[in-house]
Amino acid sequence: MKQWEVVIGIETHAQLSTQSKIFSGSPTAFGAVPNVQANAVDIALPGVLPVLNRAAVECAIRFGLAVDAEIAPRSVFARKNYFYPDLPKGYQISQYELPVVIGGRLAIQVAETEKVVHLTRAHLEEDAGKSLHEELGPQFRGKSGIDLNRAGTPLLEIVSEPDMRSAAEAVAYARALHALVRWIGICDGNMQEGSFRCDANVSVRPRGRTAFGTRREIKNLNSFRFMQQAIDYEVQWQIATLEEGGHIEQATVLFDPLSGETRAMRSKEDAHDYRYFPDPDLLPLVIDQPWIDRVRLQMPVLPAAKRDQLVSDYGLSAYDARILTASLDSARYYEAVVAAAGSANAKLCANWVMVDLAARLNREDYDIGQSPVSAQQLGGLIARIGDGTISNSLAKKVFDALWNGEGESADEIIARQGLQQITDQDALETLIDEVVSANPAMVTEYRAGKEKAFNALIGQAMKATRGKANPQRISELLRRKLTSTS
Amino acid sequence: MSLTPEQVHRVAHLARIELSEAEAHDTLCHLNEIFALIETMQAVDTQGVEPMAHAQDVAQRLRPDRVSETDQLEQRTTFQAVAPETEAGLYLVPKVIE
Repeated sequence: MKQWEVVIGIETHAQLSTQSKIFSGSPTAFGAVPNVQANAVDIALPGVLPVLNRAAVECAIRFGLAVDAEIAPRSVFARKNYFYPDLPKGYQISQYELPVVIGGRLAIQVAETEKVVHLTRAHLEEDAGKSLHEELGPQFRGKSGIDLNRAGTPLLEIVSEPDMRSAAEAVAYARALHALVRWIGICDGNMQEGSFRCDANVSVRPRGRTAFGTRREIKNLNSFRFMQQAIDYEVQWQIATLEEGGHIEQATVLFDPLSGETRAMRSKEDAHDYRYFPDPDLLPLVIDQPWIDRVRLQMPVLPAAKRDQLVSDYGLSAYDARILTASLDSARYYEAVVAAAGSANAKLCANWVMVDLAARLNREDYDIGQSPVSAQQLGGLIARIGDGTISNSLAKKVFDALWNGEGESADEIIARQGLQQITDQDALETLIDEVVSANPAMVTEYRAGKEKAFNALIGQAMKATRGKANPQRISELLRRKLTSTS
Repeated sequence: MSLTPEQVHRVAHLARIELSEAEAHDTLCHLNEIFALIETMQAVDTQGVEPMAHAQDVAQRLRPDRVSETDQLEQRTTFQAVAPETEAGLYLVPKVIE
């Protein structure tokens, strides 16, 4: 059997987080009743003119800076002509020959290996409206319904080079890009609502050959799981077709999540000929260096740099740093916890955020930004573990109390519930004396060499303190007591 | 360079224009005249001249990101009054499925 190499490039449409549309003053909010967010520009009434939204351009600049790309000092909007009822003008305003972002790179992680995916370009364009064909009642008389609320929503189309060599790499790229656009605040990343959608160009070639095979484009992948399934299926299908002596025809295909198969939508014969040309309604977009510099100053530290910072400043493992920088909210939360708990407790903070807090958030289906326990509260709690005021197990009780809003701070809850560890030496020794005299049988067994009996005695002592002593300390004192009186 | 009748039909199809054979023939003649004009222009040496995207040498003005529309439901009513068919706020069109 031949060895095949998979080649994948990805185009992503990221909906930009602006208040108004890219060329009109209509709102961009999701979920409004049909056609109330579509003004004369959006529905393309005669005589209207597009006026470009500054914030959409700024999003493109942010993205370009984040992927180390060139920001074009001059870029041009073009008309992409095609006919479809949800495209009222008969063309989409996009960018063609001169896009706003040129080149760029994105590091991805697959298993333990890091790889750089190169970007071709990113350009600004407007979204189309929505056509509703099914689920319409009989009053729709078998017609299609058009909702133009989405028409004119700003999009950044991000095009990668065909650098990916497996479905896993494609998914890793999509995830890294998804995390990045959210991190820099240009896209909310909501895939269910279509804010972030990917098309994958997939081809295969015999290993060692440099020419690409014929590609098929899988459209509108709106989840990472579907992306993985769709590419896996497509690759298998292409290899099987070629090995049976068939050939691949360039086509656009759709993934059907129910059957797990991809199926051709339109073949090259009737592929669209978009007849791009510069849009005479729009002048060239000029971005000068001072503007780029201003945007650069407002950029957050990027995920990769933040990971390095966490490793070098707090001694975290690369793995922990990666988990904590999954989102900007998560990274900021963690840093606020450390600020409250003290950097000596940075590792303990990482464990609490990644394990205890994450488990609880997950169970209640909250984002970290919605955590009922604030970073300051959690940091305050961890400070009390760090300085020995409370044991780790009692800290979990305090955490629950904070989660349920039973107190403003860990200190308040510890004081009210009397949870401080008993550190007073005399008090602990008295307590151990009592345990020893109350359990003569266990003491005898211990002296007969049964280590189990010793653990049972520790258990008795911890019970007597209601968990408020350090088990290590109890063990030491008990051992000394039993040795001295033997 | 001159166009073939097939190319004329293809362009007509892309523009969603229905042409009879007679019209296609006339159109072919018109388009060939335009092509002759283009050939004359292409004879000009444009080496080193940057392509223009617009007739005026000015940059795009930008709009602040503000929602300027209010009373959109009322606006929809106005727009849809002249639409051939609407239902439940949607514009209705002949069924299109790809």
